[in-house]
Amino acid sequence: MLLKTDRNRLVGFIFFVLLLLVSIGISIVYGYTDTSWKTAIEAFTNNNGSNEHIIIETVRLPRALIAAAVGASLAMAGALMQAMTKNPLASPGLFGINVGAGFFIVLFVSLFHVNSLQAFTWLAFIGAALAAAVVFVIGSLGREGMTPLKLTLAGAAVAALFSSLTQGILTANETALDQVLFWLAGSISGRKLEMLLAVLPYFVIAWTGAIVFAKKVNVLTMGDDVARGLGQRTELVKLGMAVLVVLLAGGAVAVAGPIGFIGIIVPHFARALVGIDYRWVLPYCGVLGGILLIVADVAARYIIMPQEVPVGVMTAFIGTPFFIYIARRGILAK
Amino acid sequence: MRKYIALRFSKNISFFLDKKAIIVQFLLLCCAAAVFIISTGSGEMYISPQNVLKALFGSGSEMENLVIHSFRLPRIFVALFAGMSLAVAGAILQGMIRNPLASPDILGLTAGASVFVVAFFAIFSDKNNSLTISIHWLPLAAFLGATITALLVYKLAWKNGITPMRLVLVGIGMSAFMQAGTTLFMLLGPIYRASQANIWITGTVYGASWEHVKMLFPWTMILLMISFVSARHMNIQELGDELAASAGVSLQKQRFVLLALSTALTGGAVAFAGGIGFVGLMAPHMARRLVGSSFGALLPVAALLGAILVMLADLIGRTLFAPLEIPAGVFTAAVGAPYFIYLLYKNK
Repeated sequence: MLLKTDRNRLVGFIFFVLLLLVSIGISIVYGYTDTSWKTAIEAFTNNNGSNEHIIIETVRLPRALIAAAVGASLAMAGALMQAMTKNPLASPGLFGINVGAGFFIVLFVSLFHVNSLQAFTWLAFIGAALAAAVVFVIGSLGREGMTPLKLTLAGAAVAALFSSLTQGILTANETALDQVLFWLAGSISGRKLEMLLAVLPYFVIAWTGAIVFAKKVNVLTMGDDVARGLGQRTELVKLGMAVLVVLLAGGAVAVAGPIGFIGIIVPHFARALVGIDYRWVLPYCGVLGGILLIVADVAARYIIMPQEVPVGVMTAFIGTPFFIYIARRGILAK
Repeated sequence: MRKYIALRFSKNISFFLDKKAIIVQFLLLCCAAAVFIISTGSGEMYISPQNVLKALFGSGSEMENLVIHSFRLPRIFVALFAGMSLAVAGAILQGMIRNPLASPDILGLTAGASVFVVAFFAIFSDKNNSLTISIHWLPLAAFLGATITALLVYKLAWKNGITPMRLVLVGIGMSAFMQAGTTLFMLLGPIYRASQANIWITGTVYGASWEHVKMLFPWTMILLMISFVSARHMNIQELGDELAASAGVSLQKQRFVLLALSTALTGGAVAFAGGIGFVGLMAPHMARRLVGSSFGALLPVAALLGAILVMLADLIGRTLFAPLEIPAGVFTAAVGAPYFIYLLYKNK
C-alpha cells in the first residue's frame, strides 16, 4: 500500500483523473492521420469542416471516450469479481463472461440478422449473465464448495466452449466472419459515439452501484462467516455484485468485443496503491482501467502502422506476463 | 483376478498383455471400423456399407470409387490419425504430470501450434496469396509452435519443481497469449486467409488430400510405436518422483522424451487437422474407465477412442447440417467442455 492516508489517496485520485484526461487528449491527437493539439482544440471551438477536424470529431473523440468507459467498466468488474470469489485471477475475460456475451451477439447476428444497438446490448447482458451463472454453479459444485482453482478451471472450460461455438457459427457463415473478426478480437476502433450512448446508462448505473456497494464489499472480503456474523445477508450482496458485473462486462462487450486482462491487472495495481478498502479500490480501478485501455489503444495504432492491432490483442500481450506472475506466486496466497 | 499373457521379444521389449484390455481393444477396433465404413458411406451421396467395402477393395462402380477414393477416404484417414495422436498425447501428458486435467489444449500446446501455422500463412504468402514455400513445411511450423509453447509453459511453471495447479494456470495464461498472437497474424495475413485460418483453428479435416495422409501417416505411426514402447516408463513416472528415481529411472531424461513425444504428436495432428479440442482430455479418461491406468493397455485404447471421437465429430459435422459443413472441432468442444466440467465435479 503506497498511499496510507485518506488525504494522500484523494490527492492520488485527483492526479490519476488528470492523467486520464491527458491520455484522452493523447488518444485524440496521435494516430495515423497527423494532427496537433492546436487542431484538436480548434475542432471543438471552431470547426471548419476540414478533414482533420472531421476525423477528430467523428473518429478520435468517440474512440477515446469509449476506451475510457470500457476500460473503467472492465476493471471495476474485475475488482468486484476478485472480491466476491477471493480469487486474484478472477476477471470477466478469464471466467468466460466476455466470451459468453460475444457468443450471444454472434449467434443472433448470424441467425436473425439483428443489428440494432439496443439489441446488441441486451444480448450481451444475457450472454454475460448466462456465462457467469454457469461458471459460478460449476465452480461451486462438489464437496468443498467453491475453490479458487475450481472456479478458474470452470471459467477456462466455459470460455473454451463458448469460443468454439462462436467459431463454429462463424465458419458456417463466412460473411459474418469478416464483419465480426475484428470485433471479436476486442477493438474500440470504428465505433460510433451512439454505441457508447446506448450502453452509457447501464454503465452509469453500475459505476454508481459499485461505489455505493463498496462498504458492503469491504465487509464481504473479511470472509463469508464474519460478514454473516456482522449481520450481512451475504447471498443478497453477492447477487447484487453479480448483477453489477454482468452490467459492466456485458456493456463493455457490446461496445468493444471481448477485451481481456484489464479486469485482472488493474485491481491488483489499485490494491497496491490504496490497500484493500474497496471504497477507494473501486474508483481507482475505474480511473486506472480507463488509462490502461487508452494507452494500450494508442500503442495498438503504432505497432504495425498503417494497420492496427486490435486492442484486445495488446492487452493480452501486456497482461499475460502479469497473469503468469500471479499464477506463480500462488492463487491461494492472501 | 486378472490374467495376463507375457510377451517378450528381445531383452529390452516385453509386455504383459491384459486379457480384459485385449477384449476392449478388439471391441473398440470393431467400433472404429464401423464408424470408418459408415463415415465413408455417408455424405451428399449415400453409399451402402457393402458397396463401401467393395469400393475399398477396388471393385465398386466407377462413381463410387471416385467419391470414396478421392473425396472421402483422405479426410477420414486424417481424422483417424489426428484423433489417435491427440488422444495419446493427452494420455502421456496426464501420466507425466500426474494430473487428470492436463491435455494439449489446456496447456496451450494447440494454441501455440495455431500461432505458428497462422504466422506461416501470413509470412510466406506473396501478393497473389500463393505460398512462397512448400506447404510441406507446415507440420514443422506446427511442431515448432507446440514445442516452444511446451518448453515455455514448463519453464514458467517451474519454481522448486512443478505443481499441477501452477502448470495448469500457466498453461491457461499461455493459451490466452497465443490466442492473441493468432488473432494478430490472422489480421496481418492476406484477408482471404482469415476465414481459412479460422476454420483451421476450430479444427477440421475438410479438404484433406492423399498428400496430407502420406505425410501424417508415417509421422503418427512412428511416434505411436515409440509411445507404446515407452509405456513402461510412463507407468513408473506415475508412481511419483521419489519412487521412480529409487526404481533406477533417470527421471529428467525420460520426462524430456515423454514431453517431446506428446508435443510431436500434437504438432502433427494440429498441422493437418487444426486445433481439434478436448480430444486429448476426453479420450484418456474414457480409456482409464475401460481398462485401468496401466499405460500398456491405456495407450492403444485411448488411441482408438480418440480416432472414433474425431471421425464421429467429422461425420456429424458434415451430415447433420448438410450442405453446411460444421468443423469437427465444434463438436469435440461441445462434448468435451461438459465432460471437462464433469471431471472438475468428480475431482472434488
